[in-house]
Amino acid sequence: MERNISDRAAIVGIGSTEFSKDSGRSELSLAAEAVKAALDDAGLEPSDVDGMVTFTIDQNEEVDVARAVGCNDLTFYSRVPYGGGAATGCVLQAAMAVATGIADTVVVYRALNGRSGHRYSKGVSGDLITGSAIHYGWYMPFGLLTPASWVATFTQRYMHITGCTVDAFFEVAHSARMYAVNNPAAFFYQRPFDRAEYDAGKKICSPLKIYDCCQESDGGSAVIVTTPERARDLKQPGVLIRGVAQCSAKDQEEMTSFYRPEIGCLPEMDIAAKKAYAQCGLSAADIDAAVIYDAFSPIVLWQLESWGFCKPGEAKDFVADGALRIDGRLPTNTHGGQLSEAYIHGVNGIVEAVRQVRGTSVNQPRKTINHALVTSGVGVPTGGAILGRMG
Amino acid sequence: MTPEEVSEFEAKIRAYVGRENGPRQRGKDDVNLAMIRHWAEVIGDENPAYTDPDYAARSRRKGIVAPATMLQIWSMEGYPMCQSPKVDVQRELHNVFESYGYTGTLGTNTRTEFYRELRPGDQVSYHTIIDNIVGPKKTGRGMGYFIETVTTFTDQNDEPVGRQVFRVLKFVPPPQDAAQAGGGQQAAAVEAATRIASPRGHDNAWWWEAVDRGRVLIQRCKSCGTLRHPPRPMCGECQSIEWDSIESTLDGEVFSFTEISYPRFPGYPYPLVVGVIQLAEGTRLVAGITGCDPSAVHIGMKVKGKVEQVDEKTWLPQFYPV
Repeated sequence: MERNISDRAAIVGIGSTEFSKDSGRSELSLAAEAVKAALDDAGLEPSDVDGMVTFTIDQNEEVDVARAVGCNDLTFYSRVPYGGGAATGCVLQAAMAVATGIADTVVVYRALNGRSGHRYSKGVSGDLITGSAIHYGWYMPFGLLTPASWVATFTQRYMHITGCTVDAFFEVAHSARMYAVNNPAAFFYQRPFDRAEYDAGKKICSPLKIYDCCQESDGGSAVIVTTPERARDLKQPGVLIRGVAQCSAKDQEEMTSFYRPEIGCLPEMDIAAKKAYAQCGLSAADIDAAVIYDAFSPIVLWQLESWGFCKPGEAKDFVADGALRIDGRLPTNTHGGQLSEAYIHGVNGIVEAVRQVRGTSVNQPRKTINHALVTSGVGVPTGGAILGRMG
Repeated sequence: MTPEEVSEFEAKIRAYVGRENGPRQRGKDDVNLAMIRHWAEVIGDENPAYTDPDYAARSRRKGIVAPATMLQIWSMEGYPMCQSPKVDVQRELHNVFESYGYTGTLGTNTRTEFYRELRPGDQVSYHTIIDNIVGPKKTGRGMGYFIETVTTFTDQNDEPVGRQVFRVLKFVPPPQDAAQAGGGQQAAAVEAATRIASPRGHDNAWWWEAVDRGRVLIQRCKSCGTLRHPPRPMCGECQSIEWDSIESTLDGEVFSFTEISYPRFPGYPYPLVVGVIQLAEGTRLVAGITGCDPSAVHIGMKVKGKVEQVDEKTWLPQFYPV
């Protein structure tokens, strides 16, 4: 067990702002509030923070968040690229910093006005000659401009090779929605839906329709990472980072890895899963609940396969048995997911996975949750984290 | 605006909600044949029930009626309004908006209910209240508020004959709109939208320049012969930076695809089918699939491509079913 990150850091605080379609305030204000809420939850002071991690695409500079919240000296700051793929990568950065003594208390944050400000559904455009613009230049002129269009192209292929149908997408979307119905923080709080409404949804990019697509939200979420020793002295039961890994697999492009032998799969998540399990000696059988990144409903299916809950191509059967529901094998996205709670780039998902382990989810499964899995956005370099109860 | 100015502005506009635009007023003209005929001619409505007394008398209407959708006409002020609009309560409200920068005005929609058909000789009166102000909302025109007025129409017996909800958007126009509204030269330069072009840099300009000349090339490593697409500066197999290219025959098959419906971007035709094409040479290329019903496109479909001009500025490879 040399050179292993497992159990070297714990999440001790979680916090979020309200989620909305128009926050009416700055992203910095959202970030500061989420960070403060996470510190309060942990029983820590801003001056305890000495490290910060966020997404490269977050618009809030670490120093600005630190000044806004009133943090003291920072000895660690780091960012993770590739949109939602960064979510658990940020936890990885924080855990490494804590495990190596680079920092003691690291805050991971993400705050965005994702609906009232820049909307990712608005797609890309090529005003700048950057590496990223050159890359999207292979797709923009043809009209593949949005995350939905890229994911749809993978999905079509996934359906072709596995025989998966929209029945499975509906189950993913529906189980998330039914959780959101009980979650006052969720966009779809008290708003259930049925198959007829799902089928009648607006066409986006075939085979995706509107209810296969996540929210666009304003809001912020944050978690606090520190050492397990320190975690024992804090307000909340610490949640151990049992395993955390990220991966960019061979021939990866940002959202458009269309040139691999097969594209209806997620090799980067397969590798991250293997690595995270190896770190803690756990397997899929040990995972009791999950938060699986759901920018679009089909991507949940692929990730279930990556993390070994079923064999490749069999996620459709796994979910058809109700596995994602509250009494199912793997209660998943119990906050409503990004499909139905809010789209905070997966960091609201990390918050929920911590709640699952603490036993405080608004949809807490009846069984004991010893280990929860939380994953990051896919199509990009990605990863996931296995969280567990402290002994 | 500062938060103080915002709350001052909000207080001012909200004070108008529920106010009457003025007392109930009788229309300038009673319902009459001449105005009905002019309206029917301009609209192109040839229903003889509006203009032919004999026909109308024989119809179930038993005489000429005014087109229902003329209802608002009977309340209109007429041409003097263009020169010196009356300063009524509604105008005052618009002035408040304008003094805070909400200078844009857009009639967004009306909803009208008709209770009975009007006949020549009917005397229409109208009464308008400012019913609601909704906002601020971010709209395609700019940040704005929707003003909803409700007008009730009555006849000479004070019986209601119709009701209209009228929504107007007052918005802050973006700077270029303001310039155009001012009659600047930009107003003349309206261009049709074209597809978003790829930026061209060291590693890809040669490929797009070939497309501009009608050819699709595939980059080839000069050292080991490996083909690669999209182009990149080094061979991933042998790390050589020497390369040339071959021309694709554009024979291929659909490896994956999607039919794009929403959101719609200016300059693109929808629904739009885009595919990942497996080329005969072995590399893949993302390109449009056209020439067939979108629902006919499937994985494995044999296709043949050609470079075509798709808009004023853009040449692209497009693939057709074989």
